[in-house]
Amino acid sequence: MKVHIATPLFSYTGQRREVEAEGATLAALLADLERQFPGIRFRMIDEQDRIRPHLRIFVNRVAVKVLDTSLSACDEVHVLQALSGG
Amino acid sequence: MTLAARSGAGCPAILVATRKGAFFLDADASRRRWDLRGPEFLGHIVNHLVLDPRDGRTLLMAARTGHLGPTLLRSTDRGASWKEAPKPPAFRKAEDGERPRAVDAVFWLEPGHLSEPRVWWAGTSPEGLFRSEDGGETWAPVAGFNDHPRNAEWTRQENPGTPDGPILHSITLDPRNPRHLYVALSGACGGVFESVDGGGDWTPLNAGCRADFLPDPYPEVGHDPHCVRLHPLAPDVLYQQNHCGIYRMERPEGRWVRIGENMPPEVGDIGFPIVLHPRDPQIAWVFPMDGTEVWPRTSPAGRPAVYRTRDSGRTWERLDGGLPQRHAWYTVKRQGMTADTGDPVGIYFGTTSGEVWASTDEGASWTCIARHLPEIYALEAAEFAP
Repeated sequence: MKVHIATPLFSYTGQRREVEAEGATLAALLADLERQFPGIRFRMIDEQDRIRPHLRIFVNRVAVKVLDTSLSACDEVHVLQALSGG
Repeated sequence: MTLAARSGAGCPAILVATRKGAFFLDADASRRRWDLRGPEFLGHIVNHLVLDPRDGRTLLMAARTGHLGPTLLRSTDRGASWKEAPKPPAFRKAEDGERPRAVDAVFWLEPGHLSEPRVWWAGTSPEGLFRSEDGGETWAPVAGFNDHPRNAEWTRQENPGTPDGPILHSITLDPRNPRHLYVALSGACGGVFESVDGGGDWTPLNAGCRADFLPDPYPEVGHDPHCVRLHPLAPDVLYQQNHCGIYRMERPEGRWVRIGENMPPEVGDIGFPIVLHPRDPQIAWVFPMDGTEVWPRTSPAGRPAVYRTRDSGRTWERLDGGLPQRHAWYTVKRQGMTADTGDPVGIYFGTTSGEVWASTDEGASWTCIARHLPEIYALEAAEFAP
């Protein structure tokens, strides 16, 4: 599926703003992203499997907050930096 | 020009960690001319940049950004190229009912003992202690501290924003014994702690230290050390700049003696950094800040000055030659002051307003060697290997 990447993560994706990854859940998708782009997951997800406070993940333009969210191959995922003020 | 030439191999360099990236200041042999390089990792919040003195070429950088989680960057070629640590410091996964702890920022990096050339230590916010045994590539939590039965009593585990929040810092190794080390926890829950078994167990070491913000001003824990230094040639001598004054301790007695009461009362003895002379354990430098009433945390009266003791804190002298004499309202954070090993010793401080000041006469006179940088979090004097 198509994954849109936030600019702070471009150094991991070789400056690509869109990448392809797969997984039946958000956790599996993140594991595939980590396999392709080592180090990217920990910058997004903390060691307690929580999405970091200033990042947001959307599936088909709906915000998701847990990693066991189900995904299908035709879904579209956005990883965005959260505007946190000023 | 080769990197070795630019980095002045064999000459002093100052590693500058700022809120917006890292910089290098390279000196000529006289330490009169300084060249600024950088920024590296522009926009990254860099809390600490440290050269491994054991090889003179490995650098570790503690970094994060406003949006992303923390990471640790590593260079084995004196900063010419960088790679991210494949396993940066992280707490273990919490079990049911446990506090879920997550590293917000790596704050303090400390090369290990000379006898352990691949070991590094890291302190984090919220308070955590981590150790690497492969030169800083992969990191593991130090269970003896992070899972100590009293850890919840000693730590706040909040993230109000490094470098101002609860932090594990001042990881301090006894050069005689790699299993003997100290750490300090700021944030009004902690204090100074000691381990004599390589980090397996820890004991509070705060006797004599005042916590005037608590009903009991002399508690076992609940202190706010800002910076602790051990003298490398006299490892039984420790100095501490605390939220409540300047202290000195001699081991094995283990009692802090307040030496800041000998500072001028209009200046006080509050501040963040304390720096020791590399050869004379009686000499130390501090950078006082205004800790009155609402704690402005500026230079007292807008007149910055370094203060030096030459007699273990019995007397202090003001050193402000060349510094602004009025309307300079900056301060210096706990890692923002450092000394080189030259003779005379070079002293350097970096300000919250982005200036780096240098003295090559042990503080008698000062020159601004960089200005208009981002807010400075840490300076480290370094000497790269040829």
